[in-house]
Amino acid sequence: MSDKNPEKGEVSRRDFLGLAAIGTAVLSALGVLAGVLRIFKPDVHFEESKKFKIGKPEQFPVGTVKKFDDKKLFVFSDEDGFYAITAVCQHLGCIVYKTDWGFQCPCHGSKYDQMGNVIGGPAPRGLPWFKIEQLVDGSLVVDASKEVPKGTKYIYV
Amino acid sequence: MGEVNQSGIAKFLNNIRSLKKSFLGSFLRSGKPTSDKSRAAVMFNNFFLHIQGVKTHINTLRPTYTFGFGLISLYLLIIVVISGVLLMVYYNPSVTEAYNKIKDLKYVVFGGNLLRNIHKWSGEGMIIFVLLHMARVFYTGSYKKGREFNWVIGIVLLILMFGMNLSGYMLPWDQLAYWALLIVANIINSPKEITDSLGITQYFDIGGFFKELFLGGTNPTQESLTRVYLLHIWLLPMFLFLFLGIHFWRIRKDGGLTRPDTFERKDSDVYYVNPPEKTGGIFPTYKTYGLMELARGRTPAVDKDVENTVLSWPNLLIAELAIFVLTLAGVIAYAYFVDAPFKEPANPLIPENPAKAPWYFLGLQELLSYSAFMGGVGLPGLALLGLALIPYLDREEDRVGIWFTNRQGVTVALQSFIIGTIVVIGILAFVVNFGWFRNWWPNVPQILITLINPGNIWVGFMIVYSLFVIKKTGSTRMGAIALFTMFLVSYVIFTAMGTYFRGPNWDFFWSKSQWPIH
Repeated sequence: MSDKNPEKGEVSRRDFLGLAAIGTAVLSALGVLAGVLRIFKPDVHFEESKKFKIGKPEQFPVGTVKKFDDKKLFVFSDEDGFYAITAVCQHLGCIVYKTDWGFQCPCHGSKYDQMGNVIGGPAPRGLPWFKIEQLVDGSLVVDASKEVPKGTKYIYV
Repeated sequence: MGEVNQSGIAKFLNNIRSLKKSFLGSFLRSGKPTSDKSRAAVMFNNFFLHIQGVKTHINTLRPTYTFGFGLISLYLLIIVVISGVLLMVYYNPSVTEAYNKIKDLKYVVFGGNLLRNIHKWSGEGMIIFVLLHMARVFYTGSYKKGREFNWVIGIVLLILMFGMNLSGYMLPWDQLAYWALLIVANIINSPKEITDSLGITQYFDIGGFFKELFLGGTNPTQESLTRVYLLHIWLLPMFLFLFLGIHFWRIRKDGGLTRPDTFERKDSDVYYVNPPEKTGGIFPTYKTYGLMELARGRTPAVDKDVENTVLSWPNLLIAELAIFVLTLAGVIAYAYFVDAPFKEPANPLIPENPAKAPWYFLGLQELLSYSAFMGGVGLPGLALLGLALIPYLDREEDRVGIWFTNRQGVTVALQSFIIGTIVVIGILAFVVNFGWFRNWWPNVPQILITLINPGNIWVGFMIVYSLFVIKKTGSTRMGAIALFTMFLVSYVIFTAMGTYFRGPNWDFFWSKSQWPIH
């Protein structure tokens, strides 16, 4: 079309402007696409909060464990403090049972030790431990959206 | 390359190396459109582009011929569909949830308010531009010479488009939506006015039958919302796209848009198109879908109009792109500044006062205030029938493709405009000041009002005046111009009446500031 030599880095004004125009249009279209795709991300989850009260410290005497079925959670209390381990099997989401030696999943046979580490079955990772906070009125609050390292125990009175 | 002894592995590696070229080549088989031949080929070979001709007549591309009204209508449709699908990600057609979901869209969802505004305004913008497009087609006489049925398809599309707007209006389940639904259901029921007068309702309740089909019951309930949603997202769009496809197909088979037989290229055309260099060719004007053409030779040029066509790539496509960008920009700008209305949640116990239809139906609502059947069914039906019959009642073929046909056409249009305006305003003034039958004779039978009311009188006048024009000018085209112009004028004036001068209880007020406060 033009007599410019592309190997020498020459490009005609017409070609440059044409390319610039197309480039701008493409960039702007990509911007629009990004905006449109953003619409699909929900701004509000119409679901229960992952942060919830579980009771006062006195309700968890040392050496006990409580299972919260509706929250899919185990809450333990021992000499080192309180700790919360999920009851959701990390393989495909079934609820695990507590055993003497740890946790057992009925669905595909995943086994976890008492710390939540995987010791058998198809689970790809261990059971997460969750953060426990205390409100001003003394109530303990589990935040199931915040995972903490295994073995993290909390002391509240 | 080409060595017979090339090893298998070498062949394979070669194929990988030339992957980009071979893939792009298989995808873009016509090659780069850098020559007239390849520009023609790309229009001819491409799935999406080949609905349009390889060549386009210069008249089609002149902005002052079509003003792009048809294209704008199409682009508004595309915008309304895409925005509608995105709204569907969050909307829920439930009488308890719909209102809240619209609230979510307005206040929570990213870009939700703009999206909803875009959807509403492009949908209502379609009404304006479709009517403008219809006016353009009418005034250029483009419903003739084989294009008659495409005009009828256009009327069908007009009806479907009004249906889309109306059904969409009902989805937020706010006060506007609920009472519109109830009123429309009762309009559907209005043939009962006739069957009651004849005393046959108990045997043949056609009104009640369709009302129940529409509402899914006898009152507006969840069943109604479900059915309206079905209409809005599936049934009506399906028919809309079907008829739109036929509409475009027929345009191509008709040889594109109309143009005057006396068409001459002007110097100013060069602002819009790259004029063709070559002249001559033996194929008649209406053949736009062939690549075959004699470019050189001694054959006499039977029809010279080929020299008034240009390649669609890029002339037509660049014009279409320009109109698209302008339409999109206009919609987004309007949607940015103006919010779509959203009233209180639907309350079956408290009707709005005044309970006004959307603006495009306020003219109808004025007619409805005289008689439910005539305003809702009779007169609109008659108007649509009349519009559909225009190409069959006016078959004069001279000067197709010229606005207003000739000087006389301009005069007839102007006179009809003025006379129509005076008569409509006169009728409205009479009704406002003196009322009608029931104000003078409280016991008058309903059938008399149904048959003789201001709406009927106006339609009757339009018909009589058009026949008078036909007689006086000796031309059905002039009569058609008179009728169509008066139709447009009355649509606008009745709509303005319903919008600005009707207040609570549908009483007349000169201004909204005079409305009584409750």
